[in-house]
Amino acid sequence: MSKPYRTRPEILGKKLGMTQVFNTDGEAIPVTVIELSENIVTAIKTPDKNGYAAIQIGANTKKESKLSKPKLGFLKKNSLPLLGYLKEFRAQDGELASYKVGEPVDLSKIIVENEKVDVSGKSIGKGFQGMVKLHNKHRGPKSHGSKSYRGPGSIGAHTTPGRVMPGKNMPARMGHEEITARNLKVVEFIKDKNLLLVKGAVPGAEGTLLTIRPSIKKWNGVAK
Amino acid sequence: MNPKVLELTKKSIKTELPKIQTGDTVKVTVRIKEGTKERNQNYEGTILKIKGGGVNKTFTVRKVFQGVGVERVFFLNSPKIEKITILRSGITRRAKLYYLRDRVGKATKLLEKLSSSKGSEGLPLEIIPEEGKLVEVI
Repeated sequence: MSKPYRTRPEILGKKLGMTQVFNTDGEAIPVTVIELSENIVTAIKTPDKNGYAAIQIGANTKKESKLSKPKLGFLKKNSLPLLGYLKEFRAQDGELASYKVGEPVDLSKIIVENEKVDVSGKSIGKGFQGMVKLHNKHRGPKSHGSKSYRGPGSIGAHTTPGRVMPGKNMPARMGHEEITARNLKVVEFIKDKNLLLVKGAVPGAEGTLLTIRPSIKKWNGVAK
Repeated sequence: MNPKVLELTKKSIKTELPKIQTGDTVKVTVRIKEGTKERNQNYEGTILKIKGGGVNKTFTVRKVFQGVGVERVFFLNSPKIEKITILRSGITRRAKLYYLRDRVGKATKLLEKLSSSKGSEGLPLEIIPEEGKLVEVI
């Protein structure tokens, strides 16, 4: 426990899609609608027992037949709802007392109107892509006898070094990776419908599971 | 679109609006904020296109001001729009009237729909409405 680490509370949600809302000045604001999940505390990890302090939360209620036996056993032992997805986030030792297993997370810490949040999720998979789309390389000429339209071109020198350098960017699979959209303003939180509106786009297709945290820039100043 | 998102936008969609169409000559009354004061400003012209749907619906109004073509895009459901008055309705054969951009002077005038003579302003068809531009009637 010697190394200090930054802790941020997290909650989970589902991306529903984008639309726009009008603010009090009548200006249109592009927003992403996120449906917040159950966010039930499923386990509390203490330094005495586990060697570190963390909170585990769950989301995405599923049918019993869709869950694996180990997860089902864990959920039933703690008499929790059938949550399909569990996620852990680090917490300060002192904070642990404010969480209770089986109870939803206090949202007011994370979602404050006009404050900023970071939203992470898996981006849309684009498949196997070439250099132009994946690495923003230039296209070759289309005419004057050119045959290099969208190819990678040279990937290194000749005899020296006689090999391709490690880390040389090549055509590869694009997308479907964890991406964080930072500093998104919380436009509105509709409590009865459990919908969160943030300004701008967030990663992933509609239905993607998202992690919402207070913005790291804001959090830097508040807690260490 | 997700039905929950659609439900969310429903409250900001206006219901009491005149049915605007491309080719209509309209007067759009826009609320303008200057410091703390608010006032209304009118913008008059021909609807060039209507685009989008739901809360995202926009319409573009074109007019020629001091010899320069001006196109302004409005959100149909914006609270900034006080009201929309349809002055005349023109006959159009397409949904987007981009060809009006290439026309100058009298050629920008659209043939008026006969039914619109009963319209809001009640202008007789034969009379030149304004700016010395003649509305032809067959």
